[in-house]
Formats: sequence, C-alpha cells, structure tokens
Amino acid sequence: MRTSKIGNFLRKFYVYIVLFIMYAPILVLIAFSFTDAKLIGNWNGFSLRLYLSLFRNREIVTAAVNTFVVAFSSAAVSTVLGTLGAIGIFYSGKRSKAVMEGIGQIPIMNAEIVTALSLTILFVFCGVKFNFLTLLVGHVVLTIPFVVLSVRPKLMQMDPNIYEAALDLGATPNKALMRVIMPEVVPGIVSGFILSVTLSLDDYIITAFTRDTSYQTLSTYVYGVTSKKGTLPPSLRALTTVITLLALIVLLAANRRSKLGPKKNKH
Amino acid sequence: MGPKPAVFRKKSFGTLCPAKIKRGDAVVKDDKNIIIELKNVSKHYGQTYAVEDFNLYVKKGEFITFLGPSGCGKTTTLRMIAGFEMPTSGQILLNGTDISGLPPYQRPVNTVFQRYALFPHLDVYDNIAFGLKLKKITDGGKTRKLTRKEISEKVRSALKIVDLEEYEDRDISTLSGGQQQRIAIARAIVNEPEILLLDEPLGALDLKMRKDMQLELKAMHKKLGITFIYVTHDQEEALTLSDTIVVMKDGMIQQIGTPEGIYNEPANAFVADFIGESNIYSGTVIDRLKVRFLGHVFDALDEFEKNEKVDVVVRPEDVKLVPPGEGMVDGRLTDKIFKGIHYEYTMMVGHTEVIIQDTRNLEINCPAGIVIEPDGIHIMKKELTANVYDDAYIDKNNNVVISDFRFPCDVTALVPGSRLDGEGYVIGPDGKVYDFTDADVKATVGLGDIELVDNIDEADAWGNVVENIYKGDHYMMTVRTQQDEDFVIDTEYTYDAGDRVGIRIKPELIGLTLNGEANKYAKK
Repeated sequence: MRTSKIGNFLRKFYVYIVLFIMYAPILVLIAFSFTDAKLIGNWNGFSLRLYLSLFRNREIVTAAVNTFVVAFSSAAVSTVLGTLGAIGIFYSGKRSKAVMEGIGQIPIMNAEIVTALSLTILFVFCGVKFNFLTLLVGHVVLTIPFVVLSVRPKLMQMDPNIYEAALDLGATPNKALMRVIMPEVVPGIVSGFILSVTLSLDDYIITAFTRDTSYQTLSTYVYGVTSKKGTLPPSLRALTTVITLLALIVLLAANRRSKLGPKKNKH
Repeated sequence: MGPKPAVFRKKSFGTLCPAKIKRGDAVVKDDKNIIIELKNVSKHYGQTYAVEDFNLYVKKGEFITFLGPSGCGKTTTLRMIAGFEMPTSGQILLNGTDISGLPPYQRPVNTVFQRYALFPHLDVYDNIAFGLKLKKITDGGKTRKLTRKEISEKVRSALKIVDLEEYEDRDISTLSGGQQQRIAIARAIVNEPEILLLDEPLGALDLKMRKDMQLELKAMHKKLGITFIYVTHDQEEALTLSDTIVVMKDGMIQQIGTPEGIYNEPANAFVADFIGESNIYSGTVIDRLKVRFLGHVFDALDEFEKNEKVDVVVRPEDVKLVPPGEGMVDGRLTDKIFKGIHYEYTMMVGHTEVIIQDTRNLEINCPAGIVIEPDGIHIMKKELTANVYDDAYIDKNNNVVISDFRFPCDVTALVPGSRLDGEGYVIGPDGKVYDFTDADVKATVGLGDIELVDNIDEADAWGNVVENIYKGDHYMMTVRTQQDEDFVIDTEYTYDAGDRVGIRIKPELIGLTLNGEANKYAKK
C-alpha cells in the first residue's frame, strides 16, 4: 500500500507529539535544575548550585538513602517469596491454582489506600509499633504480586516435562528445582526484582501509613515540604534529575543485558 | 504351555489371556531372563481407571511397544515404570525387586519424552552430561563422582551413537526437531539405563524423518542391547520396531504378541480394526472348520463350537479378485483407490462391503468374484452378543434404571403371565400383587435393539461415541455414558469418536431378569 508523503509525515509527527507530551515536564525540570532561580521559568544563567545544596541537605540525603534501603530490601524479600510462590502455585492442583491466582491478583486491582489502611489497622490491632519492619512488610505486600506476575509467564513458557526429565536423570526434587527450573525463570525473577524496586521507590501511600513518622523517604519528604511551603523547593529539581538519570541507566543496562545472547562456554 | 513349533497359523488366543502365555515367540517365561515385571498394576484417578490389572513381563534386551488409541493407559503405564506416577495397587518388579515405591531419580531407567524436554539453558554437551554429573559410582569400595574426563568421553560416545558428533557446543534452540530428538535419546542412553522408556518419541517429527528415525532406533536397540519400552498410537511404527507388542484399550491389555502374531491372529475385533486394514464380519460357525459370512460357507482353520456366532477378520491382501462366477462369492466393484504398490478396491456383496488389495488395474462398476483361502480367514470369539447390565434396578414408575438413565420397560416380564393393574403393581396369574420398586434386576439389550437419536431431548439416555468398528455392512459402535457404562450398538450410521448421541430402547426389547426371588416383592 502506498501512502502519501503527508500521510507519512503525520504518522511520524503523531508519535513525536505523544513522546513530547510524555517527556516535556521532565525535560523542563531537568533544564531548570541547572540554574539557581527560585521559581521555574526564570533563568539566572547556568549553575550547579542546586546540586551542591542537594547533596549538602542532610535531610534529603538521609531520605534518599532510606528510600533505597527500603526499596532494595523489600524487593529482595518479595523476589524470594514471590518466586517460590509462583513456582508453588504453578505446580499446585487445578482448583487451588485457580483460587491462589485469583487471590494473588486482588492486591493489584485493589486501591493502594485500602491496602495501606488495612495494614495499619492490622499493625495497631496486633499492637505492633510502627518501625522499619512494618514499612518493609508494607512494601513487600505491595510488590509481591508483581513478582509472581513476572515469574509466572516464564513458568508457563517452560516445557512442562523438564522437571520430570531432571528427576529421570537422577536429580532430587531440590536439585531439579535449582538446576532446571530456576535457570528457566531467571529473566522473570530479574524483571520482578526491578519492578519491585521501582514500585517501592516512588511509593507514598503505603509508606506514609506504615512507617515510623521519624523515618523519611523521598516521597514522604517531598510531600512534607511541598505541603508545608506550598511551593517546590528548588533543590528538588536537581533531585528529580538525578532520579531520572538513575532510572535511565537501569533501563539501558536491562536492555543491553537482554540484547546480549547467553554466553558461550566451550568444552 | 511348552515351546511350540513354528507354524503358519497358531490357534486363536481367545480374548484377554494372561500375559504369561501370550508371547508370540516360543520362549517360556524364565525368571533370569526377565528385567521388569508388572503384577496386577492398576492406576485410578478418583473413580476412573487409567490402567486396570496390568500384567506383563519384559525380557532383557526386548523391544516392547505399548500400542493403543489415546487414553488407553499406555503412557500412564510407562510413567509408572519411570516413577512419575505411583500405581494405586499392584507391583512393579525390576530384576525381582519391587520398585513401585522408588522415586524416579533412584530408578535405573531413563525416559525419552514426547516433546524432548531438553534443558534450554544448557547446550548440547551439558544436556547430555546432566545425568552423568549427578551420578555416583563405586570405585574400589569408595563412591565418587565421575571425573571430567570420564564424563567427556561418555558424552562424546553418546553423541557418536546418535550421529551428532560435532554438535557439543550448540544451543538447543539452534537444533532441528530431529536433532533435538537425537539429543534427547543421547541424554537418556548416556546413563546406561537398564531400560530405556520412549514416550511417543517420534510423534512430533514429519513422516520422512519419522521413518528414518524408526530404522535408526531399531539399529540403536540392536547395538546397545538394552531393553526398550516404547509407547505409540501408530500401529505401523509398532509393527516396524517391536519384538513384542502390547495392544491396549481402556486401560486393559487386549493382546500381547509378536507383530506377526498380532497382525495375523488378532485376539478380538478391536485389535483387528486397530492394526492394519481389515474386513470384519459377523459370522456363524456351521460345522467344524466351516464358517458362514458374506452369504457363503468358507473353509477355515480356526476351530469353534458349532452354531457359535463369531467375528471374522479377512485382511484386504488375503482376498483374491477373480472373474465373476469363478470365485466363492460374486459382487460388484464399486470403488478403486491407487495406493502406490497396489490398488485398493471396494466390492459390494449385496449390502456388505469387501475391501480388496490387488496390483492389477481393473475397471470398476463391473461384476467380479472373490476367493478367500482358509489361511486368510481368522475367526475370533465374539466379545459381546448383547449388552448386559447386572446392576440395573426398577424405579417406582416401573422404569428400569441403567447407569442413572431411566428406560421405560415391561415389568410384567418379571413374572410370567402377569399383568399391570391401574396403579402400576404387577398382578401375577395367581392373583398375587408385586411391587417391584427398587428391585435389582439384570437388564439385557441386543446390539441391534438400541435406536440412535440425534436429538438428546427425545432420547432415554445419552453418551459419547468411543469406538466405531466397521463390519462390512454396519458399524459396531460403543457409546459411553458419563457414568462409564457402555452401550454397544449395531448401526448403519457412522459417527466420529467423541460425538454425543442419544439412545432409545423399545420397552419390549429390554430383557429383564430378577436378581432374587419374586416373592420378596409380593405385597402382603
């Protein structure tokens, strides 16, 4: 089918428009992170002052460290539990499998505020003090279903007989799991882990409900200062830029990994 | 049963003889010779039987094939030998020891899976070495793992056997289906199992490749000298490969024998229909060694009771076409199909069809005669002359209940000379009143007395067609209800397996016999 030049142009133009709308706000923030004007829109000339103040601001640095600690520890716990859960569900009987898959997806569909509230009520009911552990539990609850969801398709793509083949060749069930099933689902585990980290990084609602109030993460910090002052503190522009850059690096690394084939080993 | 001289035709085995005497070859069962034996093995899933009372012994070095349609229990049996399924009852003896409780990783058997089940994250070498790396051997009283060198040597020689020597470093995904199949075989045989189990290993290959692999498997079997247990639904494959074939249906062994034995002397109509092309007719034994079918009395070699109703099998290649008037039976050629080495003709004798193979190219729509020599006629005991339901009962509306279905019936048949009163009680000739509600009866229905109805609403009962055997002028069809009860029906209509059909039986055609005394049901 032949298309006119104008049609071709419009088609490409549409894609650019969409991309522009998606990325314009971030680009504006990034651009204005390199000037020290109080308000966005004013350009005082190039400056790295915002970055300096960002890293000098102990509150922000602590919040950033806290955020990453929670994100990586909760992602680690979710990945282990979620992977084992996905394998367990996959090898369950027909009926229990359907029930568990259904129940496992409710937290995804459910409003986060409901999850957060119920967790709070549960902790209060059990007389647990809000501390790092409650926050961790909150984030694990948030991210586990996503790990299960990313591991499951890998299990389904797998040849159902390879577990039995491993047993047949003399592997005990544990060895079969580690040597045959696990390698098959690793890509799912990795994407589940990355997904968990990103979900946890920017989570506000569950964090706000389950943390010890003295424990600040980036999201609670940003929310705190903006609601107090009503405006965006300039150093947050630098912070956003740093986070965007980090996300970009992770994304590039993940893409590179999937493009490279599995390594060759010679015998 | 002692050794028999090799004869052209052995006497019929009858139906379902026990495994021990069914081998076609003349070797007597000898315990030293037997590698694996299944004794009364059954496997149920809830109410359904996958395998029922399976008895079989396999000799060392034998190539044995489980053959049957899908769902006949052949794969389940193989999986029980491999250890993936535990038998519900019965024993599996390997070299005389019961292994039915052992997990698969402790059994000296290896499996080649239908869809290969190669490990995609490992290359060819590591796939084949998988079992070797887990293996421990005893060497001078000490147990140790195999060395790298030992493993490498074994892998290489396995690759040589399957003819893929240069493929060690290849990724599984770069191999063709046939190559993957070879790797799967190499991965199994490298462990030097006592028995190699093959679950429809060639099912996913195209025809040409399948033929080549069949020959290679056979050569491999000869070279390795280990016992092969092979599962397939392809009768030709079974005939080509096996020393012994076990034909299965509905979880039960139908026949065990050599390929020749099974082809020439099928134990029943199912085996005859399943293996090779065949003409199957209902016949009557007229006299010693004389049987009537196709409206003619033929000489036969199989001895049966006089007047016995039998099934007769004639293979298409055993029917000779002769000019009309010169044969035993005359008919009309109606159809011709070119099959490469021969033509397949259809001849109508009255309303009965005869399939004939002949190498000559003849005109069709012409009269012709046929000759069938006595050794081309195989007579089998009729498995079923009527449907008999032992656990039927009468409900309060005087219906007979078979397999949860209610059929109107004539309850007065239970008491000779009786009649029904207005309320549904049976009044005997002596004035006695009987109430047959819940009476246990045996119901008998002739094969030809069951009507088929397509509209389920008009049917007394319904079920799915599980089998349909052509008998020259009609089909013998088995309809199975959800409660697993079979209705066997002679019909001129043809249905596919799996079709849902309704059945209806005229009340007067249901034979009823009371289990127990009629007096028990007399009203006081």
